[in-house]
Amino acid sequence: MAAPLGLHLEFGGGAELLFDGVKNHHVALPGQSDPWDMKQLLAWIRGNMLKERPELFMQGDTVRPGILVLINDADWELMGELEYQLQDQDNVVFISTLHGG
Amino acid sequence: MDDTILSLKTQLLEREREIAALKKKLHQMEQGNSMLTELQEKVTNLSPLISNVTLSNEDIMRYSRQLLLPELGVKGQVALSNVSVLVVGCGGLGCPLAQYLAAAGIGRLGLLDYDVVELSNLHRQVLHSEVTQGQPKALSAAQAIRRLNSTVQCVPYHLQLSRDNARQLIQQYPLMNYCSDNVPTRYLVNDACVLAGKPLVSASALRMEGQLTVYNYRGGPCYRCLFPSPPPPETVTNCSDGGVLGVVPGIMGCLQALEVLKIASGQGSSFEQQLLMFDGQEGRFRSIRLRSRQIECVVCGEKPTLTELQDYEQFCGSAATDKCRRLTLLTKEQRVSVQEYRAILDGSTPHLLLDVRPKVEVDICHLSTSINIPLASLEDKKAEHITLLKETISNLRQQTKSQVPVFVVCKLGNDSQKAVQLLEKMSGVETEQITVKDISGGLMAWAKNIDHSFPQY
Repeated sequence: MAAPLGLHLEFGGGAELLFDGVKNHHVALPGQSDPWDMKQLLAWIRGNMLKERPELFMQGDTVRPGILVLINDADWELMGELEYQLQDQDNVVFISTLHGG
Repeated sequence: MDDTILSLKTQLLEREREIAALKKKLHQMEQGNSMLTELQEKVTNLSPLISNVTLSNEDIMRYSRQLLLPELGVKGQVALSNVSVLVVGCGGLGCPLAQYLAAAGIGRLGLLDYDVVELSNLHRQVLHSEVTQGQPKALSAAQAIRRLNSTVQCVPYHLQLSRDNARQLIQQYPLMNYCSDNVPTRYLVNDACVLAGKPLVSASALRMEGQLTVYNYRGGPCYRCLFPSPPPPETVTNCSDGGVLGVVPGIMGCLQALEVLKIASGQGSSFEQQLLMFDGQEGRFRSIRLRSRQIECVVCGEKPTLTELQDYEQFCGSAATDKCRRLTLLTKEQRVSVQEYRAILDGSTPHLLLDVRPKVEVDICHLSTSINIPLASLEDKKAEHITLLKETISNLRQQTKSQVPVFVVCKLGNDSQKAVQLLEKMSGVETEQITVKDISGGLMAWAKNIDHSFPQY
């Protein structure tokens, strides 16, 4: 049984507009039998935080193209992407790439 | 006697040096002049940059404050004067970038932009000015650069970078900067840089945020390693839709200039496997460690499948400009022109004019008879707004004793179409029966064709 997790989620580069314009969110994930991984976190965000138009944030079970995910200030590709097992107090950032000049 | 001969020889040597410096300056000025008068409408092969090995006395004086830095020194300064840098996009990022590169004494500066200067550019595109409105941005920027440092060779290109001209252009410049504003050009420049083996100093800015990375440099990723697939077009916001505080691209353009100067003078960059994010609202810089070059990347990987440039507008599903897209969601019968709406106003036909823009835009300008319910509130079915809509419609219904006509307006006629689709679903369910149409072209068409005193933004 994995204990409940406290996470700091951040949204930036315009991704925050899908979350009422709020960039910083402290969330508590309930305890469950297996450890939480990123794939489950994304499903949780979709079910609990994302109200409108999930297609602007997600595609299938991952983030849509153009959103970069950072776990504790590193590209999630270096951390195992969807399989990364979340630790208590992890900092997860979802940043939309900007295209203005 | 011997002393006199020695002194004469020394004087002669000094004069010869002076003459050489003057000749060099004349040559640079002449070349600069011919470049400037010839705005490049297509890509041609330029004569190679004449290589410098020393600095003139004037160079020494001009660059003295940076020559004093051991990190740069004479060697670095000479290296800068021998480098050609291409700036793709002479806008909010490209202007400060080009300005600092020219001030620092870069050898040749290619300035590329397909667009012309508009009044709404001037809050952030600081090389342009009121007097250069309507001129090609590349030319306007080149003129400003020339006033700053006439020894820099400026090559203004008034053209759209495309799969047909990108490789020929990029091979002439060892260092590339991406300062443009749209997704297709971003993939195009990335691929062309990878195919030519050149580093790409890339930045972007929107609202109060900026991002910067150096791609394809010393084992770091290319843009495609990070983003193999383009974002869905409807998720991309440009400066004319999302807004941008002018100083934010200014900050990012200056950071690009810094990285270019470090690379060009042989110091290397700090951002080849890093993403720098700037949040101007929170006053925070943060640097993120990125993945390395991806073995399976289609353009820079071990077995690249992309060896020629492709059709990037098709690949991205969007146009290579930052101009707003025109949606067509409604039939002709569901829309009225601004002229038709004017006739409705003149005829005093009872109706509801619904402005669906965000409040921040309504504060800029609006038609006095309109009520404002932002599209987002309609989509979210915000209770207070739905009540307002219902009440306004039933009041009108009592006056007209028939179905209430509702006209929806926004800035350009895109959001208004989405709102018509929403309202049609609500008609007879959440509100009384209504007939809904949108005003084609929105308030900007109203300003252009009906009321010239109405502000445009």
